[in-house]
Amino acid sequence: MSKKISEEEYRRRMLVRMKQWINGEKDPYLGNMEIVPQHEYVPNKKKLREYHKDLDSVHDKAYDVEHNRIYRFFMRFYRVAALLCCLALISILLVEVSYLPPVGSSHNPSNNEVAAKYIEDGLQDTGAVNIVTGMILDYRAFDTFGESNVLFIATCTVLILMRNDKKKGKGSAQEEERRDSFYEPKNDSILQMIASVLVPVIIIFGIYVILNGHLSPGGGFSGGAIIGAGLILYLNAFGFEKTERFFTEKTYKWVSFSALTFYCLAKSYSFYTGAHHLESGIPLGTPGAIISSGLILPLNICVGLVVACTMYAFFALFRKGGF
Amino acid sequence: MQIFQFILLGFLIVCAVSVSFSKNLLNSILIYMSYSLIMSIIWILLESPDLAITEAAVGAGVTSVLFFATLKKIHAMREEDEDDE
Repeated sequence: MSKKISEEEYRRRMLVRMKQWINGEKDPYLGNMEIVPQHEYVPNKKKLREYHKDLDSVHDKAYDVEHNRIYRFFMRFYRVAALLCCLALISILLVEVSYLPPVGSSHNPSNNEVAAKYIEDGLQDTGAVNIVTGMILDYRAFDTFGESNVLFIATCTVLILMRNDKKKGKGSAQEEERRDSFYEPKNDSILQMIASVLVPVIIIFGIYVILNGHLSPGGGFSGGAIIGAGLILYLNAFGFEKTERFFTEKTYKWVSFSALTFYCLAKSYSFYTGAHHLESGIPLGTPGAIISSGLILPLNICVGLVVACTMYAFFALFRKGGF
Repeated sequence: MQIFQFILLGFLIVCAVSVSFSKNLLNSILIYMSYSLIMSIIWILLESPDLAITEAAVGAGVTSVLFFATLKKIHAMREEDEDDE
């Protein structure tokens, strides 16, 4: 890097340094820093023993009831205080409960016009025969969007906690997988036979539940969970080699990302205006047909994909720290 | 039907109590699975089949499988085998 500006001016420009830091360039004025390799820790056995002896004697002295007056006082005080805290909490909660509206009264705040409107106008507004799906994917689509994102964030967190970055050697993903399946029969023919019969049925049932989400009970979340359970059964029966042919980290990333993005783009105008119902331009169709009720079917498919991928990713991450 | 519902609720309470009092972790998970299963039947009786499907798939299926995987990771299942032998 050429020295175009003077040193003082350079030090004043935080932006230049920020840019350098981002680009990973070396600072020409500060010079190179060298990382000295750390000394290897060699435990001194004699000192360690002395240290433990000291620790034990301090420990004994501190927890001796006869000599330590503060500890004795604390031991007596602790039970009384715990009892008092519990009683205080119980009484506060009981007093609060007594202010709650009576159960089943017609003047309760929960008995407002919202539920009646959903039941009366639900079919007309959303076109979904299943009112529950009409509610969660049309009136309350924002909540469902948040739930799908929560699943994605949960997978990210599990990935941070359980991820196995080691390529080979002890603690690597392959090693973990080998150790993991040490106590279970490999290529168990009974399990494989049952899985090869059951898995297609389970996955087709899951797809049915997702596609019929607006007609019959079910929907994206339950259907996705069923497909995820089917994938987990397949993984347990046939191992990671077979599942990695069609499901890798890349698949998970792209499927989740595109499903969430589609959901966001399809509903963002509605979120922005705060309107409960959006004229999407898609005709609602005849209630009861598979292709009806506008955006609900694609949104169901999106939620189902995200949930199925999340379930499988959770299990794969728990098993060997990668997928 | 009312009696059936009461029996299920009784099972539910027994399961919920025995999950926390069971010494064996594997038994706890199995009891928890049956708790979810009973709960899903109760959801059907309460006329909310949507919740019943989700409860059966997530509560009885995926959560328990994740628990099993965790037990294996902390080597709790292996100790059970050694005890049996």
